[in-house]
Amino acid sequence: MQLESMYQDIILDHYRNPHGRGLRDPYEAEVHHVNPTCGDEVTLRVHLDGDTIADVSYEGMGCSISQASVSAMYDLVIGKSVTDALGTGEHFVTLMQSKGDAAVAEKLEDELEDAVAFAGVSKYPARIKCALMSWMALKDASARALAAAPTGGQA
Amino acid sequence: MTQTASRPTGTRIPLPLDVEAIRADFPILTRTVRDGKRLVYLDSGATSQKPRSVLDAERDFYENHNAAPHRGAHQLAEEATGLYEAARARVAGFIGGAVEEVVFTRNTTDAINTVAYALSNAATAKEPSFRRYAVGQGDEIVVTEMEHHANLVPWQQLCERTGATLRWLGLTDDGRLDLSDLGTVVNERTKLVAVTQQSNILGTINPLGPIVARAREVGALVLVDGAQSVPHQPVDVATLGADFLVFSGHKMLGPTGVGVLWGRYEVLDALPPFLTGGSMIEVVRMEGSTFMPPPQRFEAGVPMTAQVVGLGAAVEYLQALGMDRVQAHEEALTGYALEQLQAIPGVTVIGPPDTVARGGAVSFTVDGIHPHDVGQVLDDLGIAVRVGHHCAWPVVRRYGVPATTRATFYVHTGYDDVDALVEGVRAAQRFFGVTPEEATA
Repeated sequence: MQLESMYQDIILDHYRNPHGRGLRDPYEAEVHHVNPTCGDEVTLRVHLDGDTIADVSYEGMGCSISQASVSAMYDLVIGKSVTDALGTGEHFVTLMQSKGDAAVAEKLEDELEDAVAFAGVSKYPARIKCALMSWMALKDASARALAAAPTGGQA
Repeated sequence: MTQTASRPTGTRIPLPLDVEAIRADFPILTRTVRDGKRLVYLDSGATSQKPRSVLDAERDFYENHNAAPHRGAHQLAEEATGLYEAARARVAGFIGGAVEEVVFTRNTTDAINTVAYALSNAATAKEPSFRRYAVGQGDEIVVTEMEHHANLVPWQQLCERTGATLRWLGLTDDGRLDLSDLGTVVNERTKLVAVTQQSNILGTINPLGPIVARAREVGALVLVDGAQSVPHQPVDVATLGADFLVFSGHKMLGPTGVGVLWGRYEVLDALPPFLTGGSMIEVVRMEGSTFMPPPQRFEAGVPMTAQVVGLGAAVEYLQALGMDRVQAHEEALTGYALEQLQAIPGVTVIGPPDTVARGGAVSFTVDGIHPHDVGQVLDDLGIAVRVGHHCAWPVVRRYGVPATTRATFYVHTGYDDVDALVEGVRAAQRFFGVTPEEATA
């Protein structure tokens, strides 16, 4: 079976016990992203402290890859500046485009921590969107939160 | 209790079609996938595989007869025109329609849009004869909650363009159309009723008789989406009683890029064109143009000639098998699959639980595993299924699931394919650790 290369234990752990799940206050921006080819959905809120991501909270439904990805992302971005978090997101995109190239995963290991376990997903083009959905939502929500920053949060 | 003993032995009635002989006609079924596994193709509902005779017909067209039909005075143009029109005649015969009632489109979606745009173009047509079926404010279009997006979104858009109102028939809990309010939903304001003959996700075969009868009472047109029925059961437009029947070539062993809009001639003849340009005109002057009668009026531009020829070969292949036998074959497989899948703890079939008025599309959910993950495990075993909302988002929403796994059967499907699916679902349960009975097995 090739399945284990995609469904790493780390991914299944995040799927079964997601980190940071649930929608919380306060937040400056909330977005809802869907993957129209399969119906995966995530609602994601970003709370900024200055330009630091103080909290990311989310609710969603979807496959193990999409749900584990948002959980792993939560661990990676809390406490980072928006710029650094989105930079990490860019690295994650690079990993997803690596077509299973182990050298790429190795190079990104320190930066991506648990999220490097998603390297196996890059061999399955149909699943890459599942893994990227939450990162796209974060990018969208962060931009909106920064735009909303001068007037403060909604909560 | 052991795992084997807990499973029913299964009802395998002899299959009407010779699966091994048919498989030999499909070159793609000889390839392997995912490290040498036999391809178990259970996704014909999305697109069917093609027998060699269809591939040969397309190749022969390009190698020996290629030219633009209905143009040119040379021999190749004559031959191309002859082959194109022969395919039209074959398709017409297949569904019991007249040759001039068969319009070639790109696919079902294209065919539905052709009708939907004709109805709004009718409202602004210069020719009074084209205004008969005009849709406007105060009019209503009726669909069902079971429709594929292709038979829903074009009608939503028609209503947005014209100010008409979209209404729909709902679904019952067991996956059938709820016709209890048919008499009020379809009423004197209804201009058209668009309904699928067979659900692409639930497998339900709809009772079109009462719907057509009610539409006739109020003078509404009826469009039947045959994308999932024409490939799998005998369909005769005279029996159907509808005004339009639309279907796709690629779901019935034919090439991609060709579909069919059948329309009752007097209705087609009263409709303005959707796409305009070459081929469909009668006289063109700088000040304005007149159009050909159907079917040419709805076939603007050089058509997909090779694909039409390929579709003709596909119809010939199906006719040789016999559509009654195709239907009986799939019914046997469906009955077996429903029985086997529903015997697995944690598996829920979405749609009618037995083969009564039901075709070979079997959608199901597996407790604790998202359909994408089910599909991934099946793929790893060489089994191709569809996962997701199947372009019928309102249906999955109606049944409270985010998505389903769907297996669809066709002429090359055998009991071994269904067994592989059932084993694959159990493998997915083991892989994700959600098989309660495995602990005691």
